[in-house]
Amino acid sequence: MALDQSFVGRTYPATAPYEVGREKIREFAEAIGDANPAYTDAEAAKALGHPDVIAPPTFVFAITYRAAGQVIEDPQLGLDYSRVVHGDQKFAYARPVRAGDRLAVTSTIESIKSMAGNDLLTIRGEVHDEHGEHVVTAHTMLVARAPEAAEEGEA
Amino acid sequence: MTAKVSYDEVEVGTELPTREFPVTRATLVRYAGASGDFNPIHWNERFAKEVGLPDVIAHGMFTMAEAVRVVTDWAGDPGAVAEYGVRFTKPVVVPDDDEGAVIEVSGKVAAKLDDEARTVRVDLLVRSAGQRVLGMPRAVVRLA
Repeated sequence: MALDQSFVGRTYPATAPYEVGREKIREFAEAIGDANPAYTDAEAAKALGHPDVIAPPTFVFAITYRAAGQVIEDPQLGLDYSRVVHGDQKFAYARPVRAGDRLAVTSTIESIKSMAGNDLLTIRGEVHDEHGEHVVTAHTMLVARAPEAAEEGEA
Repeated sequence: MTAKVSYDEVEVGTELPTREFPVTRATLVRYAGASGDFNPIHWNERFAKEVGLPDVIAHGMFTMAEAVRVVTDWAGDPGAVAEYGVRFTKPVVVPDDDEGAVIEVSGKVAAKLDDEARTVRVDLLVRSAGQRVLGMPRAVVRLA
């Protein structure tokens, strides 16, 4: 069943702050095999003009996706998570995420579209630091695949 | 932000150094832990096949993370990335052997966007096993 269009524009409460740890950034950089010193060496990051080590561009997804759980699990929206795949992902950065940031995410349903029986749900996650300054916006498009034709026939 | 590439020295068509990133099952387990994404399609072959996949597949976000390394290594400062977006079109299938899979990434400057902000758009080509695995992978980068 198609998702209710009237949910477009709905905004969920800001999440409790996530504190970005330098060892978490290091762990993530090592997991993607990226030895860029800006991720692990504060002096190298400072030489590039950053106050402390920065996180790789996609690091913030773990934070915004957790926040998107408010939308995904909203019983009123009624998304069937067992049919959901990640369709596309976009980030727009005001500045890189860095160690010591305390990041809160505000999630908004940006769009709901229906295509060939699939629901396309785009969630915008606005990420702000402890000073209320905008850091990055994540746009996450999820595809809830149509139930199999056979199941539809039985319904 | 101090990108090491100068906007003035870049032209539409300028190619970024091509890279190959290997990915094995061990890579995926490690990424699962670091990212908190423990979906079993990324580590459990039995589960992956039950849901109709050919084998264990890489996290889309892992492939996205690898692809942008071509951009961050070229720019010099990862903080120079102003925008980055991809579509997840085909999975990177990772067999249970010592070789695993390879993600091949190339890129070129597709447009010079803003002479004041010194931003360019980089279009990437991201392939594994001869197939494009990301759709329209693009980054906007602030150059020096």
